[in-house]
Amino acid sequence: MTGGVQAVLLALVLLVQPPAAAVDSAALDRLTREVSQELRCPVCQGESIQESPAELAQEMKGVVREQLAAGRTPDEVKAYFVGRYGEWILLRPTTTGVNLMLYWLPPIVMIAGGAVVVLLARRWIRASRLATPTPSPTPDDA
Amino acid sequence: MNWKRAAMGTAAIAPLVALLAFGMTRNPKEILSPLPGRAAPDFALAVMPMDVTDGAPEPASTDTVRLADRRGRIQVVNYYASWCLACRDEHPVLSALAPRYAARGVDFVGIVYKDSPSAMRRWIVQMGGQTYPALLDPSARSAIDYGLYGVPETVFIGADGRVVKKYIGPVTHQVLTSTLDSLIALAPAPPVQPVPADTVVR
Repeated sequence: MTGGVQAVLLALVLLVQPPAAAVDSAALDRLTREVSQELRCPVCQGESIQESPAELAQEMKGVVREQLAAGRTPDEVKAYFVGRYGEWILLRPTTTGVNLMLYWLPPIVMIAGGAVVVLLARRWIRASRLATPTPSPTPDDA
Repeated sequence: MNWKRAAMGTAAIAPLVALLAFGMTRNPKEILSPLPGRAAPDFALAVMPMDVTDGAPEPASTDTVRLADRRGRIQVVNYYASWCLACRDEHPVLSALAPRYAARGVDFVGIVYKDSPSAMRRWIVQMGGQTYPALLDPSARSAIDYGLYGVPETVFIGADGRVVKKYIGPVTHQVLTSTLDSLIALAPAPPVQPVPADTVVR
């Protein structure tokens, strides 16, 4: 293979396959977005630091990116913020301890409420059927 | 409806009503900090130079305050800004108490939050000066480390380097004196480390 052909092939390979650093950077961006979407902005109302334009939220996003780049896992990064702000900082509460109530109480109350409604409805229907007066015989029937 | 049925219904609903009623007594804006009892996050921040004429380029700071170097003394870390109205209420109290407590083993520092040094300097002069150093934290990293929601907020750090209390809102004379007096009573004799004269600004 001539040197010229080799150079063309190398150029093609480089074009098709982006450098490793660029790939890492894209993955880091995606991971930063994912983690930032789960963290509450402390100076906003119900917004994640990913969505918020607040300066503090942007700085927090910088911390998320830095920690991920340093090799921390998303859970470790979230644990860092929980250690500073408490569980309040998580937009999605953890499914442990008292928080389990947040997940289980609504369906339990809904099922119990539904059962009560069905039971009462059946009783009312039965009671109304029993209360319906039977037609009294008319003189024509006699 | 007979009384038995009414009692059963009440017993079923009562826990839910009690839970909701408890929720109503809580202030959703009052969020407990997880920091008290834990080691205070360290910081090394530049001291804001005060001798700068308006319009002159911002000089590089020649002094740094590192929290770890102050171990053994009680720390009062106050986050503030010139755009913060509530900071005006607490600043005279902090500035009056800082020299009084310095000899009793307490250091005060102010950390500038999301503000320019020039605006902060003007504000300090307007407020009649400041008796403790103002530190710069342009990236707000120490603010995030201390779980800051806004300003003013004050963190009390014991002589053992652990966070004792995080106070949200303008700190009062009563809160400062009661917290510091109880910390001093608990702490061992402080090492002698007077506040450097050049940090006292008038």
